[in-house]
Amino acid sequence: MNLTVARLTVRGLLGRRRGILLLVAPVLLLVVSLIAKNSDADQQALATDILGRLSLGTLVPLLGLVIGTGVIATEIDDGSIVYLLAKPLPRWKIITTKLAVAIGVTWLFAAVPSLLAGQIMVGTQDNLALAFTVGTLVAGAVYSAVFLLLGVVSRNAVVIGLAYALVWESLVGNFVDGARTLSIQQWGRSVAHTIATDGAITAPVALGVAVPLLIVVSLAATALATVKLAGLTLSYDE
Amino acid sequence: MAVITIDKVSRWFGNVVAVNDVSMEIGPGVTGLLGPNGAGKSTLIHMMSGFLAPSSGSVTLDGAPIWRNQAVYRQIGLVPERESMYDYLTGWDFVLANAELHGLADPAAAAKRAIGLVEMEYAQDRQTGTYSKGMKQRVKMASALVHDPAVLLLDEPFNGMDPRQRLQLMDLLRRFGADGRTVLFSSHILEEVEQLARHIEVVVAGRHAASGDFRKIRRLMTDRPHRYLVRSSDDRRLAAALIADSSTAGIELDWQERALRIQAINFPQFTALLPKVAKEAGIRLYTVSPADESLESVFSYLVSS
Repeated sequence: MNLTVARLTVRGLLGRRRGILLLVAPVLLLVVSLIAKNSDADQQALATDILGRLSLGTLVPLLGLVIGTGVIATEIDDGSIVYLLAKPLPRWKIITTKLAVAIGVTWLFAAVPSLLAGQIMVGTQDNLALAFTVGTLVAGAVYSAVFLLLGVVSRNAVVIGLAYALVWESLVGNFVDGARTLSIQQWGRSVAHTIATDGAITAPVALGVAVPLLIVVSLAATALATVKLAGLTLSYDE
Repeated sequence: MAVITIDKVSRWFGNVVAVNDVSMEIGPGVTGLLGPNGAGKSTLIHMMSGFLAPSSGSVTLDGAPIWRNQAVYRQIGLVPERESMYDYLTGWDFVLANAELHGLADPAAAAKRAIGLVEMEYAQDRQTGTYSKGMKQRVKMASALVHDPAVLLLDEPFNGMDPRQRLQLMDLLRRFGADGRTVLFSSHILEEVEQLARHIEVVVAGRHAASGDFRKIRRLMTDRPHRYLVRSSDDRRLAAALIADSSTAGIELDWQERALRIQAINFPQFTALLPKVAKEAGIRLYTVSPADESLESVFSYLVSS
């Protein structure tokens, strides 16, 4: 962890009103949960839907994408990354620091609102709020690692990330069972499933599959991002 | 003594060869890397600064490879051509962050010294996004100098600078060179290089075209035949008067252009002669334009000689 890299990354990510834009998604989640709280529908089913589909299924990947790519892709695109790289600083330190910032910010904007929304809707009932919060923490960390890697290796990181989150996880995952095994969202859901009271949350991927996968993917993505950053070639106009 | 050695380096991108079998040594003092746009200067500087791997050959600093070797940045200060530099930071914060990233013992003192060197104290509390191009260039210089490097690499540092800023930067680079640092800057403008560097390396179309003392190479460039296109009120009479002088080697009357194509072999003598002859003969000059003054033609001549 390098504090200067962390400081620059946080300012780049949240400065110039970007932080306010990132607040839109969690505020939306809280507003929806308040509306749900005051509705006559089955609160538990509604909370499971909102926390599972809206929060874990949509907001977490989108925030993970914006934040995970945002901690590095902008600097690579505009060339300012050269000021970090032209230093005797181990590349793994740059990557792990940026990853720590991405995870922290994703947790702040996704997991905290998820916990609050759960508390608003169902309190501590069936451990739903806690379960989805832990699922969000886990998924948020893996999304951050994967999207950070995408930000290092591709100039089209956001498009590829969107394709993964929206097409693979949401669309293909709904129709093809096997696709869910390779879904970060489902890994988070699997963790949530084990924390919630029996039967409160369904999970198509077993914990024994989800945990090794999320650990391997996170570590591999971080290692690969480090290797790619060490060999980063700057684009130029000639 | 810090020496960058480029040994039989080639770099290609797909089918395009950007740098072709170049060997050179950059030692202490100011060296100008000169060549027309697209000649491969930036490719070379990117390889010297560790941001591009050579396709073949090696680029080393005092024997140590530069590519994938972050330890070399203790000795290298880099001023990139691109302007982006964390626009939301003030000049002070930017230079201080660079000092911290180098892991210096007293980053604040180092930042203060570097900002003082480029005389940017007056604007250090403003965000760099509000800086003019020249100010940005100086703060980039400060960030490159913050760790007191032995090598300074600058990619087209004078682009977009006004004359005053240009002179200030030149003065600064001259001082660094005189201090025994290895300073290399790239430029496609002959006059810039002339004012700053005694030693130049010329690249043309990815090849190393010339190396050595600027004055010798400059003489080669100025001694070449110069071609002019001249239009006047009486082309024939002007041609007759000019051909009598030893500074001209040939004159062609171009009917289609309605102009004279003149080949001058003594540049200073010819430029003094032309207005004098025209005045004495009562001929009005409408157009006097150099026909081959583009840098590319100068370089082409240099390569062929």
